[in-house]
Amino acid sequence: MADTLTKVEEKEPLFGKKERQLIYDPLFDNNPITIQVLGICSALAVTSLVVPSFVMSIAVVFVCGFASLFTSLVRERIPTQVRMIVQLVIIASLVTIVELTLKYLNYPIYKQLSVYIGLIITNCIVMGRLEAFAMANKPWRSFIDGIGNGLGYGLILIAVAAVREIFGKGSFAGIQLIGPSPDYFINTTAESGIGTWFSWYSNNNLMVLPAAAMFLIGIFIWIQRSRNPKLVDIS
Amino acid sequence: MILLDSFINIFIKAAFIENMVLAYFLGMCSYLAVSKTVKTAFGLGLAVIFVLAVTMPINWVIETYLLSENGLLGMDLTFLRLILFIAVIASMVQLVEMVIEKVSPALYNSLGIFLPLITVNCAILGGSLFMVSREYNLTESIAFGLGGGFGWFLAIIAIAAIREKIKYSNVPPALRGLGMAFILTGLMGMAFMSLMGIDPAALSGN
Repeated sequence: MADTLTKVEEKEPLFGKKERQLIYDPLFDNNPITIQVLGICSALAVTSLVVPSFVMSIAVVFVCGFASLFTSLVRERIPTQVRMIVQLVIIASLVTIVELTLKYLNYPIYKQLSVYIGLIITNCIVMGRLEAFAMANKPWRSFIDGIGNGLGYGLILIAVAAVREIFGKGSFAGIQLIGPSPDYFINTTAESGIGTWFSWYSNNNLMVLPAAAMFLIGIFIWIQRSRNPKLVDIS
Repeated sequence: MILLDSFINIFIKAAFIENMVLAYFLGMCSYLAVSKTVKTAFGLGLAVIFVLAVTMPINWVIETYLLSENGLLGMDLTFLRLILFIAVIASMVQLVEMVIEKVSPALYNSLGIFLPLITVNCAILGGSLFMVSREYNLTESIAFGLGGGFGWFLAIIAIAAIREKIKYSNVPPALRGLGMAFILTGLMGMAFMSLMGIDPAALSGN
């Protein structure tokens, strides 16, 4: 992690300490999902498999970064009364670009994500960052902040998806890891590939249910807050 | 009669079996943020039912007569769908806010702060997008709007009531508030799964 960051810094003189903090903060201590409670709406329903969650994260990073950039560019010209509509139009156009691109590149995943790609528009992370950061900061910083928050969202999304897929289906990103592999029943004597590890394991169906995502995020919040008691809210 | 049957079917399905919050996680942000007391949850729930039931038929009309290839313009304009839908929702919310302010200032005072929140409630836009992907007709989309709104209302009332009571329990400090709300929602989701056994067709006597 540190290596890649210093490399980026060498290439990009604009990438100073402040910017690095803008990327780091939303990943852990100020995570949009577990701390700011934003963007849960579209987050949970796509997390039963790793690949769709990954695609979703990329889409959110893209939309969040560029929406912040463009909003920040026009921030001095937006009248305050109509700023919500202006922001929504910027976000909606970006989401349309993402939707059409994904439809062209990978139709099965587009079908699988169905309405949730469109719902990035109402994803509170994007709106929240536009209101809280991009309306008051310079374009480059806003862009970094948007990317950082998108990454923080993606981190939780992929973590939840990984747990749900490994325990619910015994696979990771479609590759069988634990539990009896599909060809195990035919070829019981050979260690047929990676899938025969823990072949006694039978899939936990709870993990496939939507409720599992809620439990997992609850547990993530629990872990994070017991490690850092400053984050505990009294209410 | 067939019309009424399908209306009831979709209403029950949207409200209980495929609950917006507990099965699709739509509208989670305001669901978690505004569910600390039953009173405010009640207000927001009513506003969501109203906006969902109003925007859904309007978006249906836009989708069918404006955007689709067989519509008035004769062009496939579906790439404008997201922008138009969100514009309709934002303006409807604004309109509802203005009307309520004129007609009933008392209701406006209790709902006032929540109305703008509804624009970015994923349940509203999500409902319209589901309507498109499931190819509902006009009656079905009204039923889906009402049912989905009612389901959302039920869920937020339930969690608010639980959260009011759980204040008196000894929850681990790190889990207080948000963490517990997540776990409770998960449990409620599992409880609602038992409603999957409902067969809407049997209710209408078929």
